[in-house]
Amino acid sequence: MAGIAFDLVPIWVLIIGLGVFLYVLLDGFDLGVGILYGFAAEQDRPMLMNAIAPIWDGNETWLILGGLALLAVFPLAFAIIIPAVYFPILLMLLALVFRGVAFEFRFEQPWLRRFWSSGFCYGSALASFAQGTVLGAFIQGFTVRGRVFAGGSWDWLTPFSIMTGLALMLGYALLGSCWLIIKTEGALRDWARRSGRRCLIGVCAAIALVSIWTPWMDPAIAARWFTWPDIGYLSPIPLAAALLAWACWRSLQGRGADVLPFMAAVGLFLTAYLGVAISLWPMIVPHHYTLWQATSSPSTQAFLLIGTLFLLPVILTYTAWSYWVFRGKLRQGVGYH
Amino acid sequence: MSLDPLLLSRLQWAWVIGWHILLPSFTVGLASYVAVLEGLFFFSGDEAWYRIARFWTRIFSVSFAMGVVSGIIMPFQFGTNWARFSDITANVLSPMLAYEDLMAFFLEATFLGVLLFGRDLVPRWAHFLAAVMVAIGTLMSSFWILSVNSWMQTPAGYVIRDGRFFPADWLAIVFNPSFPYRLAHNVSAFYVTTAFVVLGVAAYLLRRPDHAADGRRIFKMALGFLTIFLPLQIALGDMHGLNTEKYQPAKLAAIEGRWETAAPAPLTLVGFPDQKAERTDYAVDIPVLGSLVLTHSMTGAIRGLKTFPADQRPPVAIVFWAFRIMVGIGFYMLGLVLLGWLLRWRGRLFSSAWYQRICMASAPLGFCAVLAGWTTTEVGRQPWTVYGLLRTAHSVSPSLTGRDVLLSFLAYALVYLIMFPAGIAVMVRMVRQGPVESEMGKRPIEGLQPAAPVLGLAEDQ
Repeated sequence: MAGIAFDLVPIWVLIIGLGVFLYVLLDGFDLGVGILYGFAAEQDRPMLMNAIAPIWDGNETWLILGGLALLAVFPLAFAIIIPAVYFPILLMLLALVFRGVAFEFRFEQPWLRRFWSSGFCYGSALASFAQGTVLGAFIQGFTVRGRVFAGGSWDWLTPFSIMTGLALMLGYALLGSCWLIIKTEGALRDWARRSGRRCLIGVCAAIALVSIWTPWMDPAIAARWFTWPDIGYLSPIPLAAALLAWACWRSLQGRGADVLPFMAAVGLFLTAYLGVAISLWPMIVPHHYTLWQATSSPSTQAFLLIGTLFLLPVILTYTAWSYWVFRGKLRQGVGYH
Repeated sequence: MSLDPLLLSRLQWAWVIGWHILLPSFTVGLASYVAVLEGLFFFSGDEAWYRIARFWTRIFSVSFAMGVVSGIIMPFQFGTNWARFSDITANVLSPMLAYEDLMAFFLEATFLGVLLFGRDLVPRWAHFLAAVMVAIGTLMSSFWILSVNSWMQTPAGYVIRDGRFFPADWLAIVFNPSFPYRLAHNVSAFYVTTAFVVLGVAAYLLRRPDHAADGRRIFKMALGFLTIFLPLQIALGDMHGLNTEKYQPAKLAAIEGRWETAAPAPLTLVGFPDQKAERTDYAVDIPVLGSLVLTHSMTGAIRGLKTFPADQRPPVAIVFWAFRIMVGIGFYMLGLVLLGWLLRWRGRLFSSAWYQRICMASAPLGFCAVLAGWTTTEVGRQPWTVYGLLRTAHSVSPSLTGRDVLLSFLAYALVYLIMFPAGIAVMVRMVRQGPVESEMGKRPIEGLQPAAPVLGLAEDQ
């Protein structure tokens, strides 16, 4: 289809960028609640699960969209990256199995109950960790020959990817704490604020560490951030991050509305997300292929875009409606609402 | 023997898809069933429908969650183990997979939340609407994923450049030659499978005094449904077979265990296909019937396997037997339904304990038939991933070692062997509890969102 003259790649970058960010936020907070579940008091645990039970499934659907949109628009990147992170993907998928079915598997036998309850917690934690290592491995780049990944199946395992794995766990736990502040009251909300503050310290440390580590590891990233005049254009991002971290901290101390910590944490995630995107732009397989080199045929992109431009607003609308239906605080003992 | 990443990847794929397909086999049908039950309650206001709808919705929620988590694994398999396939076919197949997510998964997942937890948060019509949306979502999902699968069986609307597929005609791609038949045959199979589970569960319930009335109601509904859908399913299967004869003759020859081209061809009832010796041993043949069934003519020719090079033939014995298992179960089911009508005509349907026991024992048979049918069509496509164009051996990720895939396969095996029995146990317990008295308006919570919440921890205190 040579007739299509428009370059659809920028639109797709926006759509996929938005999709992945929404995934990180939405499944991020419910995976985070799963991580916190392990630290919560026995009597609070059902509340934690109820805080996400009606919406986790929809949240996780953004993960599938991320994977399939990558396959559809940047198939070369999909075909190189996914086999390169074979084991983190395996770990993520199996961890998601345990945390997903734990919502429905309710047993009378105490040992089975304990088993699936830890499956929920460890599943959430390991899935978060695995996603973080995928991010780390992606930033570091892969061995590529022609159109295939030519490295080994354990290349992804580096100190850097382990660090990003732990960092994402902290980040998701922060989002989870902030979500719980929205959904709960009293002692449980105080507890969520405390755990949120702890996570925030860890997240800030991790952002700082990544900001030092990546330019040190990759001269191209260093050149992007630390040369004049780019440093001038890009400086608002770290400044905004610092400001948002401060705002998040204050709101986690209980100042302002209950929704504020979540908003600030989302902002903090956005700056980190943009930071990574700017570091790697315009590569989709770092060091090897740009977005435009890895793209699918114009006809493929156009065919999918027509439906997506119609369906995405519809999806966002009914997703918003379902969040509206399940709005408000949870109450102990009454279950939901 | 050294570990072959290709063979292990195939086994892993067979394992994860084999378990996964059991769930849509159940949830596609059950979603439609629940939507119908919700509709019956909405329009009639009869409490019994409400009770029954709730009963099946609880079971649905467990199977659906298992379907979700085992389903998320599937698209990632394309990347982890079949990266070459992904690269080569993505231009054509990937938008359809993405449309499945956009049209089906979001719809199901979001409205399921409302269906399960929103009974008292939204108006009644909105709750009914949520059930309908979930059902539509499952059907949309079947539409797109079977279109993808059908394209792999009967590719159309593409051009090949630089060893990769490019789209030329989207309508031809989506509605490729085998798609309408496969879609109809599959969705109908899912409905029949679900109806047989419903029939078996109803047979169990009507034997229990406290649930007998609901059990009878469910049983009659399932029996009536099967009376229409089983013959329809057999007719659809026949049409699907004709389509296979036209577009995938090697698969058809394997199904028939036919080595030499023959006109008219006999129908081989049973036998033992021997791939090396290129013959079917101990074959029990019925003359001419093969041509009659497969070409709908007395003299139609059936092409034999020997007309295909040996390296382009599927594993014959597996395809041959899987097909016979599927067809055998189909006709057994039909017999059981006819027997039900005979008993009903004599007024003994609900007094014949032996018949109810047979129905209970037959509840899982649909799953066996689905697996056998799936094996027939997928193994029958071998040695290709895209029939006649892309070999399975050229589809696998080149970076994987045998040890990598063995490790992942064992991990999938272990997790599925924990998840599936646990899930089945949960559903069996729900069946044992039966449709419990509804507490509409008394509790602010729908059955699934328990007051003693998930995992029932509050019960300990």
